[in-house]
Amino acid sequence: MLAYFGLFRREILLAWRQGGEIGLALGFFVLVVLLFPLGVGPEAEILSRIGAGVIWAAALLAAVLSLDRLFAGDHSDGGLDLMALSVMPLEGVVLVKCAAHWVMTGLPLVVLSPFLALLFNLDIAAIPTLVVGLLIGTPALSLLGAIAAALTLGARRPGVLSSLLVLPLYLPVLIFGAGAAEASVSGGAWPHLLLLAALSLAALPLAPFATAAALRQALD
Amino acid sequence: MVLTGANGSGKSSLLRLLATLLMPVTGRLLWNGAPVRDDLSAYRARLHYVGHLEAIKPALRVRETLAFWAQTRGIGTASVDRALAVFGLAQIADWPCRWLSAGQRRRLALARLVATPAPLWLLDEPGAALDADGEARLVAAIAGHRDRGGRVVVATHQPIALSGGSELRLGDFAVAETLVDF
Repeated sequence: MLAYFGLFRREILLAWRQGGEIGLALGFFVLVVLLFPLGVGPEAEILSRIGAGVIWAAALLAAVLSLDRLFAGDHSDGGLDLMALSVMPLEGVVLVKCAAHWVMTGLPLVVLSPFLALLFNLDIAAIPTLVVGLLIGTPALSLLGAIAAALTLGARRPGVLSSLLVLPLYLPVLIFGAGAAEASVSGGAWPHLLLLAALSLAALPLAPFATAAALRQALD
Repeated sequence: MVLTGANGSGKSSLLRLLATLLMPVTGRLLWNGAPVRDDLSAYRARLHYVGHLEAIKPALRVRETLAFWAQTRGIGTASVDRALAVFGLAQIADWPCRWLSAGQRRRLALARLVATPAPLWLLDEPGAALDADGEARLVAAIAGHRDRGGRVVVATHQPIALSGGSELRLGDFAVAETLVDF
């Protein structure tokens, strides 16, 4: 347990001290969301209709942007070798790194989302659903993203490659996440939220195994 | 044991095999007669590996770095200060690692050996970038470890002042290929 706690603490410390990366992801998220009203015009009805989808799509892209730092640093400085030799199984290392990644990137997006939803004139009834949807859906983004981040370790342009790999995996999260916020107006958000939770719960045990297998390949 | 040989002769690959970071395609790796694959985590708990790369983050402090690597071995941080002192890093323990020179980074990587106990040390070019004082501290640490019954495998292409022990010279690729067949 000490090892897991130590790794989580280190990941948070590193992300905090190298704050640029968190700021970049958050700034990107806010900027993408703010650009849409400029593109589609100021009609409140249109903005209200597309708001949840735009916020979800921006969250997906912001998550992709921050995936690079998940394993690349430890791979290039030899830290991954030592983690493979530690008392933690690599699957555990992946899980802790994903948890820290979510805390430092996913959680701030959740906190920011209601304010951005107001800018889109989103129905008040839809805002809690949007926040809850992001809260239970963004862990899946970190977990699925970790697979792509591990598969592209050592690649010449890992950012582009991991985007191509991971965005198709993110589609169900986007569909059910945006769908939940839309459906909340008519009171039918539960099925969407349950499916979103199912995606995160399924990724929780499966993604660390897939990611750890990819990391073992990268260590060879 | 000291592994010597020209560049590309397979010293680092052999060390990575011994560390189980690479797995032999054929043959087996044994520890006291038992295949290490039977209980990989127990074998890994018995070894320290210091490779070419130091696993140091510029944003972390010297003490934080060593404490973290001690924790990943499931051991507390009680020996961290002693390890820093052994390698002459006590005075810069609160420095961010981005301030360290190449030699100081090497000392910090080697301090992991002292921060947590392990009977087998696998060291890849441990003297690289070390000054005379650093090398003397390394030799003393290795001697102390061997006196306590520990085993050390050092890969180097530079002479290192170790007394006793055996030398295994890896000549060319053909020789290295037979050596990985445990």
